[in-house]
Amino acid sequence: MDLLNALMVLMNFVVMPATAYGAQLALGALGVTLVYGILRFSNFAHGDSMAFGTMVTILFTWALQGIGVSLGPVPTALLALPLGIAGAALMLLGTDRAVYRFYRRQKANPIILVIVSMGVMFIYNGIVRLIVGPDDRRFDDGERFIFTVRDFEAWTGLEEGFGLRTSQAITILTAIVVVAALFWFLNRTRTGKSMRAFSDNEDLALLSGINPERVVAVTWIIVAALATVAGVLYGLDKSFKPFTYFQLLLPIFAAAIVGGLGSPLGAIAGGFVIAFSEVTITYAWKRVLEYALPEAVAPDGLVQLLSTDYKFAVSFMILVIVLLFRPTGLFRGKSV
Amino acid sequence: MRHLLLTAAAASLTAGAAFAESHTDSVKMGVLLSFTGPIESLTPAMAAGAEMAISEASGDENFMGGMAIEPVRGDATCVDAAAATAAAERMVTSDGVTAIMGADCSGVTTAVLANVAVPNGISMISPSATSPALTEAEDDGLFFRTAPSDARQGEVLAAILSEEGISSVAVTYTNNDYGKGFADAFQAAFEEAGGEVTIAAAHEDGKGDYSAEVGALASAGGDALVVLGYVDQGGAGVMQSALDTGAFDLFALGDGMIGDSLTERFGTDIDGTIGTAPGSENEGGDVFADMASEAGIDGTSVYAGESYDAAALTILAMAKAGSASASDFKGEVMGIANAPGEQILPGELSKALQIIADGGEVDYQGATGVEFVEPGEAAGSYAQFEVQDGALTVVGYR
Repeated sequence: MDLLNALMVLMNFVVMPATAYGAQLALGALGVTLVYGILRFSNFAHGDSMAFGTMVTILFTWALQGIGVSLGPVPTALLALPLGIAGAALMLLGTDRAVYRFYRRQKANPIILVIVSMGVMFIYNGIVRLIVGPDDRRFDDGERFIFTVRDFEAWTGLEEGFGLRTSQAITILTAIVVVAALFWFLNRTRTGKSMRAFSDNEDLALLSGINPERVVAVTWIIVAALATVAGVLYGLDKSFKPFTYFQLLLPIFAAAIVGGLGSPLGAIAGGFVIAFSEVTITYAWKRVLEYALPEAVAPDGLVQLLSTDYKFAVSFMILVIVLLFRPTGLFRGKSV
Repeated sequence: MRHLLLTAAAASLTAGAAFAESHTDSVKMGVLLSFTGPIESLTPAMAAGAEMAISEASGDENFMGGMAIEPVRGDATCVDAAAATAAAERMVTSDGVTAIMGADCSGVTTAVLANVAVPNGISMISPSATSPALTEAEDDGLFFRTAPSDARQGEVLAAILSEEGISSVAVTYTNNDYGKGFADAFQAAFEEAGGEVTIAAAHEDGKGDYSAEVGALASAGGDALVVLGYVDQGGAGVMQSALDTGAFDLFALGDGMIGDSLTERFGTDIDGTIGTAPGSENEGGDVFADMASEAGIDGTSVYAGESYDAAALTILAMAKAGSASASDFKGEVMGIANAPGEQILPGELSKALQIIADGGEVDYQGATGVEFVEPGEAAGSYAQFEVQDGALTVVGYR
């Protein structure tokens, strides 16, 4: 019986990866939830907005690397991130001007906007592939690890250890900073308050003199920032591939709905719920249990609830369960 | 007006006669490869390889009295069995081919074999279909392949690992026919040799995150991680995640993982990694590479040599039987591919045709050191790789 080693195995294979993944999903889900709360439609183009913002960041990262700029142990991409956000914001504002505004003026049914966003998704899809191509792109540089598993084992003398990658640490730190800034903005600033008012009751907000076009523009800029940050963090942690970002749409929507659409706090909780359940349900608990249990009852089998083939099914299952039993999500968002 | 009609009729008659004539003094061979689809980057060199063999023998005085051989290209698409079947059907019915060099991917090859080749009595020699299932396919003796079955590679990889003293491994494979067939063959061979496979888990290609997969693999444990996937796809992602979490230090790789991007990405981190890929130590490979570069194609491209050999074998078998009909020449293929006889390298087809015309025996070696085992597939010669100082190094052949 060795609880410390069991804990280390769990940290290395479950807690660290799931926390980083959860933070990336949470940032993505925040963007989806903001669009849903304020513009009142499910934005299917969100995954590809992430891909677009990340692509712009990658292009600027390459340019910076080309002229020899680097941040030392920290990835150069962080320096290019503001430029990526600006690029994504221009793209989303342009799309809103060219596409969404037309339907908004017509007071189109939300379901029409959902279909429209699907069209936008395909166009973004094509643009990203035209510019950087469909292949895997890796753009992380600097130190890969803060400490590796081997380092940790050497320090502590334990049989098992966990490593901390630079990208995981950056992901978690950035997510905390971004979420704190977002909540401060929504709760403390005049623009943030007007956005919440617009979300709660559009007519009342208009009566009190809030400029709807301004609220919409600010929303898109924030969404662009969230999408780009989420996309870049995901790309640094794993790798950038347009198709993977398109596929992220499912866990991101699952996270937003589980948390409660329209509720920022819910989006964050939802992101972690989805990430942790994807990893824990498909995890083989054999090694943890071997350490944690007395030898006599240690398992021979893998103790795996679901094969990893069904990883994506986990998001679906949680989505169905939540929609059946608590359609407004964990944090009482809008019902879908 | 009447005059005009007469002329037209006469013209069409001569055209018809010319058309009929072209049927009799040339042999048509289908080149059925996936010019579109997932392996479209490989097929131009494969088709060029096959057509090199065809043009080398075409019109040779010892080939059925100096008959020309014409290649007829068709698109097998790699993934769409219906499209591949239609392309093969068109080759047979409207172009009149009697032999097909192809198809390439295992799935479409199986479909074309069952739906077109066997019902019409057309021979097929595939340069690249490696699925173990094709060994068992109903083929009336019409199907051959110059690429070995993956079952063979599984045995080779298992034998290498056993010799290295590795007794327990975790296996991850790409979730398709190739990966599954390869993993099954490996597991059977490794367990027979007394080893233990702690887990055999599939991974999907094209995902960003493999931490769940690696978590399961690490939990099952083992001395090494056997990765039977693609180097530009999930296989490398799984390896990256395994290295990052310190789950495995030693890897054993199948042919899909052997590529320059492997060492570009991992460098010295994976020193000691073992791998296998089709390859042989024979002079034919170099000869073919030189011939190909003279013709302006890349002879080292994957399966280009196998394609040359597939076309050459068909031609020599036709010459031996003195007939372009598959039912006549299908029995000659094994004899030509194997000893006894004079060894034939690429570029020596006219010499081979001369020997056959004189009633002698040939042992076709070709670009890949062809050696067939029953029921008509390459015995398979594999290069054994090891990563040393961050570079893939061939340490032997088996």
